[in-house]
Amino acid sequence: MQANTLSGGFADPATQSAHAFRSVMEAMARPGTLRDIEGAAPPAPVSPAMGAVLLTLCDTETPIYLAGDMDCDAVRAWLSFHTGAPFVGPAHCMFAVGKWDALVPLAVYPIGTSEYPDRSATLIVECDALVTSGATLTGPGIKDHAALSLPEVEAFQANRRLFPLGLDFIFTCGERLAALPRSTEVSRSSVPARAHAGAS
Amino acid sequence: MTEYNFAYLDEQTKRMIRRAILKGLAIPGYQVPFASREMPMPYGWGTGGVQVSAAVLTPKDTFKVIDQGADDTTNAVSIRTFFQRTAGVATTTATSDATVIQTRHRIPEEPLHEGQILVYQVPIPEPLRFLEPRESETRKMHSLEEYGLMHVKLYEDISRHGHIATSYAYPVKVEGRYVMDPSPIPKFDNPKLGDMAAIQLFGAGREQRIYALPPYTQVVSLDFEDHPFEASKADHPCGMCGATDSYLDELIIDDLGGRMFVCSDTDYCEARQAAGHKGKDAA
Ligand SMILES: [Zn+2]
Repeated sequence: MQANTLSGGFADPATQSAHAFRSVMEAMARPGTLRDIEGAAPPAPVSPAMGAVLLTLCDTETPIYLAGDMDCDAVRAWLSFHTGAPFVGPAHCMFAVGKWDALVPLAVYPIGTSEYPDRSATLIVECDALVTSGATLTGPGIKDHAALSLPEVEAFQANRRLFPLGLDFIFTCGERLAALPRSTEVSRSSVPARAHAGAS
Repeated sequence: MTEYNFAYLDEQTKRMIRRAILKGLAIPGYQVPFASREMPMPYGWGTGGVQVSAAVLTPKDTFKVIDQGADDTTNAVSIRTFFQRTAGVATTTATSDATVIQTRHRIPEEPLHEGQILVYQVPIPEPLRFLEPRESETRKMHSLEEYGLMHVKLYEDISRHGHIATSYAYPVKVEGRYVMDPSPIPKFDNPKLGDMAAIQLFGAGREQRIYALPPYTQVVSLDFEDHPFEASKADHPCGMCGATDSYLDELIIDDLGGRMFVCSDTDYCEARQAAGHKGKDAA
């Protein structure tokens, strides 16, 4: 076991995870807003924000799917040591972790059942940039409308059509995060999309 | 030095509750099951609300607890003290100063703002329970949006009383999808549920359910075209502060049957009195 496997967790787990959860909760409750989240120093390619989300929400009861280059020895060892979460394939995960291109297509993840729509996966998406412009968002948690640099539009529209079933998303970048619950309506912004918000 | 876990609950339990809260926010009005824990207080004291508060509080929070509008009941004081000790939070009775407000049976009169969280103690989370006692059946009814029986029950009220007699825990529909029990708040408070700037979280301890309303969510009280919903209250001004827009409690003030009406929200009433407003019964 390498030394950096043991380090990079929360120094004060109880209060740091309390603060981190509030960032995640505010983000999920107010889609299209950015929140700071800190305290974790995970191995690459996991960002500090993604590391903090995982430390806050994951444990032995939450199977994780590591997509693409997230599935490496350093990340597996770090998550095993700090959370104890089991690693599974996409069909049985509670959390999926990766860059957008590695996570799609979305049809492989659990979307819940009509009687238990909460039994659905949350995707934690690592982004190169995260800004409040791009796709237009409306729905619960949003006063009029909001905007967020989503990796694409159609996949989130298809996910919204599954409501109350569906997937929920947390986007991480550096020490910031945003979220998009299944309840959000997503449409293409009338202003030209930025380079990083182009379809994959 | 502390002999408690932060906010009393262990980290694994808080993670489980936090995951349930996130799913609740993602599916507004849907009841998320969670594994409720024993708390060092009886169920009637709002153990569901207490567990939700324990999962959201940080040491930087300013915490307020109201019990039917009052900050000074035994219940409210003991929950406030509990989190002061276990989570190191500051406490307040002023609605506008609080970041997290735990409530039993009221929504504060003063509009809440962004950054605030309102945590409800819920005794019976299932709005269909009195129509159908079996959990397996109510879950099916929610999944199929089978809410006809609920309307029949309300309409029976109308044919029996000439109006909808349900005055507490009046059912609402959230974002056109889930019918939800707003907890036993007076129906006077129902219009505040929708489009609220604060996050609303509901915790039922005995029944092990958590549900949520994100800010600015559409919440509609069930009604009928010929009998629209009415957020009624006693038709009096407050005897202490003269407010005409607040929910009132009726108090018996002497042995001769004398009575007065006074704001149920004590912080609201006291702030108005401090600002010089005076009702007809004020000294
Ligand atoms: Zn008053």
